[in-house]
Amino acid sequence: MANNSSVMNTAIKELLFQLADDDFIHSYRGSEWLGLAPHIEEDIATSSITQDTMGHAAIFYQLLEELGEGNANQLAHDRPAYERRNAIILELVNGPGSYMEQPDYDWAFAVVRNYFYTQAKAIKIQSLHSSSYEPLAEVAAKVQMELYYHLMHWKTWFVQLLGSGHEEAVSRMKAAIEKTLQDFQGVFSLGEHGNIIVQQGLIESEAVLLTKWNQVVSPILESVGLEGPIKVGMAQGDGRNGKHTEDLEKALETLCEVYASNKAASW
Amino acid sequence: MSTVLITSEEIYKLLENVKDPEISTVSILDLGMVENVEILGSDVSVKILPTFLGCPALPIIQKNVETAVKQLSSVEGVSVEFLRSPSWTSDRITEKGKAGLKVFGISPPPRQLKEDGSWHIDCPYCESTYVTMENIFGPTACRSILYCKSCKNPFEAMKPMIKFM
Repeated sequence: MANNSSVMNTAIKELLFQLADDDFIHSYRGSEWLGLAPHIEEDIATSSITQDTMGHAAIFYQLLEELGEGNANQLAHDRPAYERRNAIILELVNGPGSYMEQPDYDWAFAVVRNYFYTQAKAIKIQSLHSSSYEPLAEVAAKVQMELYYHLMHWKTWFVQLLGSGHEEAVSRMKAAIEKTLQDFQGVFSLGEHGNIIVQQGLIESEAVLLTKWNQVVSPILESVGLEGPIKVGMAQGDGRNGKHTEDLEKALETLCEVYASNKAASW
Repeated sequence: MSTVLITSEEIYKLLENVKDPEISTVSILDLGMVENVEILGSDVSVKILPTFLGCPALPIIQKNVETAVKQLSSVEGVSVEFLRSPSWTSDRITEKGKAGLKVFGISPPPRQLKEDGSWHIDCPYCESTYVTMENIFGPTACRSILYCKSCKNPFEAMKPMIKFM
């Protein structure tokens, strides 16, 4: 049996990869809204939140670098899809088309995914305050302050669109909620090493985190007339274990293009 | 070999010249970013708190600190480190820093939020309290966009970053 410190080491790295990869791809999808958000103030807000989020991914990769996993930049850019631990819901495209050619992105899906994920992240970050890994607890304190504004922003959009009474807005939001929930369990999954991550006191269990998320999101949904239990699933599999979609492959191809053109270049 | 004693006062004096790359009227000292200066013989180590984790100005600040400290001929090595803890909060901005922000057309952050999470700031130009928030998010991670209904000027404000958030 592996000794305790190597078990702890594996658990810390697994969790850090999950946190880093989640924020990294989430930020990338956010960046694809640049110039396309519904109005100019929203363009600024989305970009600013996206930049903060990339900063969060960077600090998680930085913690991995300090643990000897390699350079943070390389960890972000130079790992194939099957090595990524992000939840599948975060990698899915913003909508049909592509950024360069006729992007027909779905703002309702963006709002739902962003609100649900930001709320889930806030609950995880809260839990990380008492993480047994001190550097992670320190980072959590900082991330939490920035997240405060992100959460306020996405909650406002979520409630306004669903409570607008506007037929198209409400029906598109409902469709987006259904789509997002089908894979949203993946955000709470701690993957195949989940047991040791929890045993080592790094973060609370999937079940506890999900319950807390439910307790916060349910009243918001009820406030806009959506009652009933929230059922989450992992329809397309568990990204924590390296299962991913073609959407991630394509995203990595695009975002790594410059990096891959000269891996030794310094920026 | 002769040794010249480097004092932390000298280093702090030099750091006054390191301005925020995006706000030329405030230094990193005014912003409360410098947590500690350590001097070991002819080596100087400066510990800095990042304002926002994703702030693209951080590498520029690091370089500018190195350049500034090296101006002292008795300094041989400079290391700049960004600390994870404690977290930078907006109440670290000094009175001089607040004045510098206003000169640049940026309202300093409020000391605290009201119970409902709202906050209050005045116009940096005319001091009017009759202002509206246009966007919590602004041109940089740390700034919001507002509009003064009195003097009809758009202006910016530093976002409050407070521990309990």
